[in-house]
Amino acid sequence: MNPRDAARIAYLILIYGFLYLPILVLIVYSFNDSKYSLEWQGMTWTWYQNLFDDPDLLQVALNSALVATLSATVATMIGTMAAVALYRYAFFGKSLLQGLIFVLMMTPDIVMGIALLILFASLRLPLGFWTLLLAHITFNIPFVVVTVFSRISGFDRHLIEAAKDLGATEFQTVRCVILPLLVPAVGAGWLLSFTLSMDDVMVSFFVTGPTFEILPLKIYSMVRLGVTPEINALCTIMLGATLMLILIAQLLLREKS
Amino acid sequence: MRIREPFKLVAIGAIGFWLAAFALLPNLLVVIASVLERGSDEFVAFAFTLDSYRRLLDPLYLGVLLDSLWLAAATTTLCLLLGYPFAYLLTRMPARWRPMLLLLVIIPFWTSSLVRTYAMVIILQTNGWLNQILLDLGLIAEPLELLYTEPAVIAGMLYALLPFMILPLYAALEKLDRRLIEAARDLGAGRVTIFRRIILPLTLPGIVAGCMLTFLPGLGMFYVADLLGGARTLLVGNLIRDQFLSARDWPFGAAASVMLTVLMGLLLWAYYLSSRRASRGALP
Repeated sequence: MNPRDAARIAYLILIYGFLYLPILVLIVYSFNDSKYSLEWQGMTWTWYQNLFDDPDLLQVALNSALVATLSATVATMIGTMAAVALYRYAFFGKSLLQGLIFVLMMTPDIVMGIALLILFASLRLPLGFWTLLLAHITFNIPFVVVTVFSRISGFDRHLIEAAKDLGATEFQTVRCVILPLLVPAVGAGWLLSFTLSMDDVMVSFFVTGPTFEILPLKIYSMVRLGVTPEINALCTIMLGATLMLILIAQLLLREKS
Repeated sequence: MRIREPFKLVAIGAIGFWLAAFALLPNLLVVIASVLERGSDEFVAFAFTLDSYRRLLDPLYLGVLLDSLWLAAATTTLCLLLGYPFAYLLTRMPARWRPMLLLLVIIPFWTSSLVRTYAMVIILQTNGWLNQILLDLGLIAEPLELLYTEPAVIAGMLYALLPFMILPLYAALEKLDRRLIEAARDLGAGRVTIFRRIILPLTLPGIVAGCMLTFLPGLGMFYVADLLGGARTLLVGNLIRDQFLSARDWPFGAAASVMLTVLMGLLLWAYYLSSRRASRGALP
């Protein structure tokens, strides 16, 4: 290896180190058998045990999982149909629709959070489960559209023409040709939405009320009080879950027909 | 719309309704709220005023605004300076390693920024990991006060946002047509000229997209400022949040949010211009 290649690899390692070192430190400490010390005192599951012994925390985790599942599902349905429509049809206001989806994806979380808060307040909707669900569906939709659309754009148009030539109706073409080819991308879109929903702090912060607590906001309120081994353990679980979902989503997207 | 295509009707209807109801309408309401007066029992009172915008220029808030712009600009610049060479080197790696290396950037991209910010607290706190290492190495005699400083906030935002800069840059650099660089080299262009005249203009849309994805969140991520910057109001995000949570001044919070939206509009416009220019300059 010549010195220039070595310098390049060293730079890559440095940046990867910066991206991963803090997370790794967090994970290691979540297993450290010491409440305050940074010294390694041996391996323990105590902090994880404490989490599972906390019934409130379990309820909060279930709340989050419920919102994530429902919002990912609705967003995937609306987003997939939108992606198919954007690919298949020309219609009035199409570029406006595409523009809106792009802008929605780029909108800073805090702007979306307060905009939805003002909407819900104007409608006199009490903040809680339903407002949270509507908000999560909203920020998930663009990610599904983009994930699914980028897959359809790679399609062989002949498949669709062949279906038409063989006498398929529009509905049959969508159901029997387009959707089956889209299954991996739709699955990936769902998983990414689920992840986004499980991790969201900023939008949820504004649109949920005291009656419906979710995991990221619970973590936020715990973290503000300082570092504890229990938070380390909880964050490690969140990291592990995200990692798994992302790996599956990436596998689905990679598999090419 | 023909009745033969009920799918088309349902699909466009669903997304159209959702975007109108939960994207367009709420933002319209924010603009309306920003020009209303602060209410006593309701959150707003229905009387027109530009007072909220005027107060954004009040020295007290202007200070926060400028601080926040500075922090976001510093973060964005650092992300770009670190991320551009990194993304470029990624595209030069052997093809069989690239998917794996890219995945290692995608994972933090999707990982909770809150969790990653918390990890930064563990590293930076006074009895934290970094101080421990520096003490053990004998580089410092006393632990440094790293947390609750401006550099800590910048480090936290850099850590949270770097993947959001790298991914658009990588996408732009990967699309770059190598033949253009070879052609320029054959015509006698030096490395600097090639970068300035070819690589930079063609990857400008990626740069603008990356800057948009780091600069705007850099203004808004109030939890990074809370956890790493202490109690001071540092970011526009904290300012907006406090108007809705504690100060209960919704019109003022809405005005600050409209300002962020205008900023986003400007960046989107820059993105549009740069991508139009880049696609004109590309080979057919």
